[in-house]
Amino acid sequence: MRRRDPLARKGLLKRLPVAWRQPLAVVGAVLAVAWLVIALAAPVLAPHDPLAQDLPRLAAPGPGHWFGTDQLGRDILSRVIHGARVTIPLTLLLVALSVLIGGLLGACAGYFGRWVDETIMRVADLVFAFPTVILAMVVAAALGASLANAVLAVLVVAWPAYARVTRGLVLGVREREFVLSGRLLGFSAWRSLRVDVLPNVTGPVLVLATLDIGTALLLLSGLSFLGLGAKPPSPEWGVMVASGVEVFDSWWVATFPGLAILTVVLAFNFLGDTLRDALDPRTARAIKERAL
Amino acid sequence: MSDTPDSPPPVPDTRAGRRPKAHPLARFLVRRVLLALLMAWGITLVTFVLTNLVPGDPVAANLGQRALGDPAIVAQWRAEHGLDQPLWQQYLIHLQGLLHGDLGMSQQSHRPVSEDLAEFVPATLELAGAAILVSLVLGVAFGVVAALRRDRLSDHALRVLSLIGISVPTFWLALVAFYVFFYRLQLTPGSGRVDVALGPAPPVTGLQTVDALLAGRWDIFSSALAHLATPALVLALYTIGLLTRFTRSAVLEVLGQDYVRAARAKGLPGRVVLFRYVLRSALVPIITVAGLAFGSLLSGTVLVEAIFAWPGIGQYAYKSATTLDLPAVMGVGLVVGAVYLVINLAVDVLYGVIDPRVRLR
Repeated sequence: MRRRDPLARKGLLKRLPVAWRQPLAVVGAVLAVAWLVIALAAPVLAPHDPLAQDLPRLAAPGPGHWFGTDQLGRDILSRVIHGARVTIPLTLLLVALSVLIGGLLGACAGYFGRWVDETIMRVADLVFAFPTVILAMVVAAALGASLANAVLAVLVVAWPAYARVTRGLVLGVREREFVLSGRLLGFSAWRSLRVDVLPNVTGPVLVLATLDIGTALLLLSGLSFLGLGAKPPSPEWGVMVASGVEVFDSWWVATFPGLAILTVVLAFNFLGDTLRDALDPRTARAIKERAL
Repeated sequence: MSDTPDSPPPVPDTRAGRRPKAHPLARFLVRRVLLALLMAWGITLVTFVLTNLVPGDPVAANLGQRALGDPAIVAQWRAEHGLDQPLWQQYLIHLQGLLHGDLGMSQQSHRPVSEDLAEFVPATLELAGAAILVSLVLGVAFGVVAALRRDRLSDHALRVLSLIGISVPTFWLALVAFYVFFYRLQLTPGSGRVDVALGPAPPVTGLQTVDALLAGRWDIFSSALAHLATPALVLALYTIGLLTRFTRSAVLEVLGQDYVRAARAKGLPGRVVLFRYVLRSALVPIITVAGLAFGSLLSGTVLVEAIFAWPGIGQYAYKSATTLDLPAVMGVGLVVGAVYLVINLAVDVLYGVIDPRVRLR
């Protein structure tokens, strides 16, 4: 959280193709694309109805139900596949909203300074003073247990990271000549932010967002696991792991949804980590040399 | 929420021409403590506001059905708890209660939340303490190895492993570990902190391992340690990954410095260069991350304790959250927030002690 931002470099897009040649990035990209396809094509791919309780109960993995069935006789493979449609879009929405809210607040803090800056950044500090799951849990409990409220709770703990980064970036550009000359030409604060400042800030913030998708997903499924997010019979992965706790010796009930979470998070962490290396000039050179 | 730091924070520059009035370290400490107090006040405000956001009616939650039918009793209860006052006065009453250690009554246990917490906090401290110890030792060691053997096989392997470490959902890993090591292989004892047959050690500190040692009971000590091992390791995996990544980049940063090259050039043995020159300056950013890592450990306890039936505040928080026992959840939030604050204060102070430049900020 307290970090120097190595992403604020030029030539962001030029460096990307080299980054894609890294094995980790390839694995990450393949996994991520696979999951996106699964989420989009879930109704076609899933062999069963994820909610239908028409199979034998707690059947071990085998022909006909490759991931086994749960205590209500539902096909776990189909539930894992449909779970991608619950978790992945919500996580992406969550990160997009955090970027939007955190970015806007951070830009205002950096651009206007003074009391606007003080107010926004002290609130951000306050959020940082709590460990994330605990604060998200407190918020989710206060709002009432539902998936929408869990998203809201994660949003509450997620935005300050973007506010900090954006503020730092805006502070860096604010005094540059092209921004100042715009101001002298009579640009309004809004236009100055939108036209001059925004393009210089988006790249690094978007990369930070890629890195954060995994964390957001872990947090969201964790809240669902605790019973503060999605509710059964939703095929949300955290809920499915929680239902596996009840039928402990049927290992397949919890194992497969857990692996689903792991692979999605891993995909984005692989991607993000390579991206960060590629954008950090110190490591970028080494990557380029190897790639050539 | 992004717990994956990439490079050490910038070293603050010293400002020339500014004469400090008091001793710089003293001034630094006073400022940090004041800031921490301000944050502590902020935490109370947050938990209070959240409690008041709740759609539910605290009167209905705390009074029985029959009492609710009698307006006089309801009015009396509201007056007793200050609910007839304006909100800011309610906050003052709440704050006054907090200063006297009154965190409200748990609707679940029908006991004061402060009593509940006093019972459960030591177990969590023992678990989180063991986990942070393991993470620091392994994370720093792995990070140093990865940096020294940069771009070799061991570096790549550690990179993949640490990325897996920060990608595994903790609650799932806890379940898998419990299933494999306890249920299948029967290598580890099951839930709880110590064998029921042995009974807990006479309580002194509340930490089973320490209490057992104090009582000279080796059998209890080894049982407590065996119970502690799996949940602590599960909990530590994320922070090990985090610290490995971070230590690697911190060490790499220092390795490129001129004074390290100079130390090598004048023929100092590798071990001396590593411990006296490299690790010492890499330590500053590593300690900062360790403080942050402790926060994620405290978060993790909520998910791990529930599965290992570890009687700490994590499990208490889980039970309270799922039954929407709000005073208890807020109590946990308050205590954990405060612990986190103290840890970060300690980290800041340590930072100032290790690196004299920081004090001048």
